[in-house]
Amino acid sequence: MSSPQHLSAPVPTESILGRRNRPPKNDLADRLFRYLMYAASGISAAILFLMVWTILKQSFPAVQKFGLGFFVSQEWNVTDSKFGALPLIYGTMGSSLISLILAVPIGLAVALVTSEDLLPQRLRTVIAFTIELIAAIPSVIFGLWGFYSFIPLLLPFQQFLHAKLGFIPWFGKEPTGSGLMTAGILLGIMILPTMAAVSREVLLVVPTYLRTGSMALGATRWETIFRVVLPKAFSGILGGVMLALGRALGETMAVTMVIGNAENISSSLFEPANSIPAILATKFAEADGMHSSALTYLVLILFAITLAVNVGAIGLVRLVERSGKS
Amino acid sequence: MLSKNFGRFTTLTAVAVSVFGAQFAAVAQQVTLTGAGATFPQPLYERYIREMRKAHPDIRVNYQAIGSGGGIKQTIAGTVDFGASDAAMTDSQMSQVKGGVLLIPTAGGPVSVSYNLPVKGLKLSNRALSGIFLGKITTWNDPLIVQDNKGLNLPNTAIKPVVRADGSGTAFIFTNHVSAISPEFKSAVGGSTEPKWSSGFLKGKGNPGVSALVKQTPGAIGFMEYSFALKNGLNSAAVQNGSGRYVAPSLKAANQALADVQFPANFRAFDINSSQGYPIVGLTWLLIPRSQKTPAKAQAIKTMVRWMLTSGQQLNDDLGYTSIPSGVAARAIEAVESGVK
Repeated sequence: MSSPQHLSAPVPTESILGRRNRPPKNDLADRLFRYLMYAASGISAAILFLMVWTILKQSFPAVQKFGLGFFVSQEWNVTDSKFGALPLIYGTMGSSLISLILAVPIGLAVALVTSEDLLPQRLRTVIAFTIELIAAIPSVIFGLWGFYSFIPLLLPFQQFLHAKLGFIPWFGKEPTGSGLMTAGILLGIMILPTMAAVSREVLLVVPTYLRTGSMALGATRWETIFRVVLPKAFSGILGGVMLALGRALGETMAVTMVIGNAENISSSLFEPANSIPAILATKFAEADGMHSSALTYLVLILFAITLAVNVGAIGLVRLVERSGKS
Repeated sequence: MLSKNFGRFTTLTAVAVSVFGAQFAAVAQQVTLTGAGATFPQPLYERYIREMRKAHPDIRVNYQAIGSGGGIKQTIAGTVDFGASDAAMTDSQMSQVKGGVLLIPTAGGPVSVSYNLPVKGLKLSNRALSGIFLGKITTWNDPLIVQDNKGLNLPNTAIKPVVRADGSGTAFIFTNHVSAISPEFKSAVGGSTEPKWSSGFLKGKGNPGVSALVKQTPGAIGFMEYSFALKNGLNSAAVQNGSGRYVAPSLKAANQALADVQFPANFRAFDINSSQGYPIVGLTWLLIPRSQKTPAKAQAIKTMVRWMLTSGQQLNDDLGYTSIPSGVAARAIEAVESGVK
């Protein structure tokens, strides 16, 4: 999007500041500032590489011992030093997926309601502000609330699902309260503000001429939203989804408190499971030797998953933009 | 005017000198001991440290409750003056401590098997207890449970065992007991700080995590330090001791069991399945490296152990811990007096 020319016209500094309009001089302060900036960005990058290096070094014994078999093994057996990541990858991806299924439609709905003029401006501000306030709640509070208040609320609903739809494997086991589904729903609530806020910003910058043009051609409001506004905002919304997914994948405290912490793969969403950040939080402090190395291998996997999600998102956005142009 | 100000100034200086001077003197004599380890005895050790300062103001003790595994690690690394653990160090761990290490028991506590059912007075036989934690007995009205609880109204709902998510001294105590009563449990799960639990069990972090999960989950059953069961108002099962009698957890029953335990020369008493009192009792140990960094620290360690095992033991009962039988305490004091340099 190119900005209109008149906005970037030089502001007459002389009249505002009452000073001579000096040409920028490449003096010492200027250079110093530039080096400072180089150093700051260099350090940021160096920290990432330092982390990757440490993780690679620490996970090396486990990578060497378990190799790719780590991804398919289901055991987490400290006594016999046998470790496998599959239940943890399953728990991490599963809980994040459930959270997206919940947060994407609701977040998008909130974004639409608060960006279109369906409601009075005041009400829209209140709704948007309230949703965004969820983002300010520390995750440990989410965990405590989830464990002590949300699970008792959710349990009867889960029991109802089990009684009525128990023939579907997803609801096949008697619910415990803590489990994959509970963690997924809690995560969904936690990432809702990210989803809603980013989508709202993106919808607000969809140019007015697109809306008016669509309406002028006889489209109704909903046709305009679904055929013009949302497609135009798609890449931005996808960015919001990825940000939200990033938070869900890495969330530790709240998940640890409600997921049940069992290295377990079950067809039932009610069964306890475990995620990579959660197992790190519970086990790392007391782990040593191969156990600690296997946990670091998990960190490496989480890194890889996050990277893949980001790269995948960028690729998807490019693909959509290209197909939109042709 | 001027002389008056000057007078005030000199007084202030005198006060300052005397105050700081006294502090410097105290610092010069003071010995600081740093310890780290088990969370289970943390309230007790904090009380010990407070009370001991009254008797020995020259010794300052810092205790960090980082967990038993952490306590053992730090003791081996030599970063602390003493460690603490609910799981006794293994022979190979003990051999890694430079100059050797002494295990000194300071307190114990019953580990209760607590459950979330609206029935009180549940009895669990050895077969029922091991069956539940093997994941083989899955409903509350299983015949193996019902046969010992004829009067109780046990529901036809799932049993949800809750175990520890982290490496744990409490798990070590509990699994060693169940291993002692069930060979099948011993080979399938094993007595360990990180036992091989059946994969579907709920897991909580620390005693607080397990007790909260049991409290929140209808039909749950889990093991924990008894004080956590009391704090959370959970019902606890009576289990069979070595003579086959059903005993509910209590401090008194745990003390009876401890009186019965034979402590070997290295004080590493295991497989507690006492025929007296409550059979699942854990001990907690101080891990004291034999070679201390300075003679002053060695002396301070000796003073601390002596105080904890004599005057300190009077506090155990109040805080809900069992005490160490006095004969064993005397042997432990002697071992530290002669063994630490």
